[in-house]
This record gives sequence, C-alpha cells and structure tokens, in this order.
Amino acid sequence: MTCDELLIALNEVVDSETALEIYKEFAAHLSNCNPCQVVLDNIRQTITLFQAGQEYHMPPSFQEKYQQIIESKWDEKFHKSKNEKNS
Amino acid sequence: MIVVAEEYSLNNSRKNELESLIKQKISVDDEDLPLWQEAKDGNFKAFQELMNRFQNRVYGLAFRILNNPQDAEDIVQQTFLTLVEQIDRYRGESKVKTWILGIATNHALKLLRKRKGQYYTSFNDRNLDSINHEPLPHPEYIAVWRDNPENLATQKELKILLSESLNRLEEAYRTVFILRDIEGLSTEETANILDISLSNVKIRLLRARLQLREDLTKKLGIEATRLISTHSEHPISK
Ligand SMILES: [Zn+2]
Repeated sequence: MTCDELLIALNEVVDSETALEIYKEFAAHLSNCNPCQVVLDNIRQTITLFQAGQEYHMPPSFQEKYQQIIESKWDEKFHKSKNEKNS
Repeated sequence: MIVVAEEYSLNNSRKNELESLIKQKISVDDEDLPLWQEAKDGNFKAFQELMNRFQNRVYGLAFRILNNPQDAEDIVQQTFLTLVEQIDRYRGESKVKTWILGIATNHALKLLRKRKGQYYTSFNDRNLDSINHEPLPHPEYIAVWRDNPENLATQKELKILLSESLNRLEEAYRTVFILRDIEGLSTEETANILDISLSNVKIRLLRARLQLREDLTKKLGIEATRLISTHSEHPISK
C-alpha cells in the first residue's frame, strides 16, 4: 500500500474503529510511515476539536420571540382562536 | 493512472447491509418520535418540547453555514414554521432529528445562495463529479499538534480559530463536514438531505477533512516535529 492509497482510504480508517484490524495493509503502512500516521492523528484531532465544546446558543430574547410566532402559526393551523384557548 | 476516491470503496455490501439494519431500527431508537406523534395530533406542548430540544442545534447549524447570527435566527424561525406546516407530511422515513436538521440545512443553503447571488448557484450546479475526479490535495504541513486539543488555546480563541477554518472551506465541503462530523449524521442521511450521491458525500467529506487538517496544523502543529511527506514532491498520479 502506498501513501496515496492510504490517503484515499482515510475516511474509512477515521470512521471505522475496526478498519485497522480488518485491513491489515493499512496498519502495516501506518506503522512504517510516520507522515501518514501523523496526518491520521491530525484528522482525528481536527474532528474531536470541532465536536467538543462547540455549542452555539441563541439569545434568550430571540427564543421568546420566535416561539410566540410559531405558536400563532400553530393555532392558525389547528384552527384555534386565542379566545378559545384562554377559556 | 490517476487515483480517485470513488474507485476505492471498502466492503460495500457489508455497509449496505448495516445501513438497512439501521433503517429498521430507526423507529425503535428514535427518542424524539413520541413527541412528534403527539405534536401531529395538535399538542403544542409536545411541539414546544421538540423546539426546545433542537433550537440551539438548528441555530448552530445555520450559524456555521451562514456565519451570521441574524441569519441563523431567521433560519430557526423558518425551520420551525416549515415543521408546523409540514408536520403531517413526515412519515418516519428518517429520524425526527434528521428531518428537522434537513429542513434547517436546506433553508440555510437557500439563504446562502440568495446572499451570494448567482455566483453561488453556478458553483453548486457545476458538475461536482468533475471535482471528484480532480486529484486529492496532498497533505503539505505535517506536524504533531501542541498538547491536547482542548488545551491548545482559550475556548474563545479556539472557537474563532475553528470558525475561521470552517469558513475557508468551499460551501459544498463545509456543509458535508458540518452534517457528518459535527452533527454526527450518517453518510446516507447527509446524502438524502443534500440530494447528492453517497460517493459525493464521501469525497466531499474527505476533502473537507484534509483541508481543515492542513489549516489547523499550520496553527497548532509543532514546527520542530514537522515531517516531510514522502509523496510531497510527486503529484498523485503514478
Ligand atoms: Zn504513508
């Protein structure tokens, strides 16, 4: 296996925990090719970084505002008037 | 010969088998399904619970695609309005989560197209197959990263670094990376949402990962550990 072939198969190696066990040629290449091993580590770290602590939160004032709009739409759809709801 | 990713697929039949198994399990494993069922019958409280569960996810998804807080807010509102309109149309063919994130993604992409004007449309319509057949970019800057990823910088600096890198990606790659690696959707779910082929999802994801790796390693790699790739002097064709 060449570096090019490993590059093309990188998704499989990254996404499957067992890829390295099943495809011995990947593991063999990686143990002999430091650049490919580092690239693989870098990609795993890249994904981890993006997944970790990257939450976005909408402003609370907006949350209140849009949920009211949705509720009006909801009432319209399910044929409820405000009066009906309040009674 | 030029090596392209599509020519290299591992164990496809096993994958398809797994994918159909996963499909059968969707209804069993979908913890949001009961809420949707109640909502469909007109229970607003159930729908509100769905909104509370997903609003920040939709917001984050839209923020990453559009890179603008106001636009992200618009997408949240549009997404849940669409969900109210189409609540009876959902047939459980995907997880509720995928249904919601799919509607949000498509609203966000539509707005992005509007923001970018025709330029963008022509990019997306450009035959992406031709991109798929372009050689993959080789890793150039290869180095071990400083410390653990989480300790690399302050959270704020890190957030800026990541969002800048993400925004440097072409939209076609960025959206796939967001759905697959950040939102954790499967290749098939991502393909359905974007209406592209499975192999297109895979190649876009690979290109996104490679470019982000290159970008982040330039910022986070230890120069002293930098390696010269054995293939860096040769083009990928052989
Ligand atoms: Zn190698």
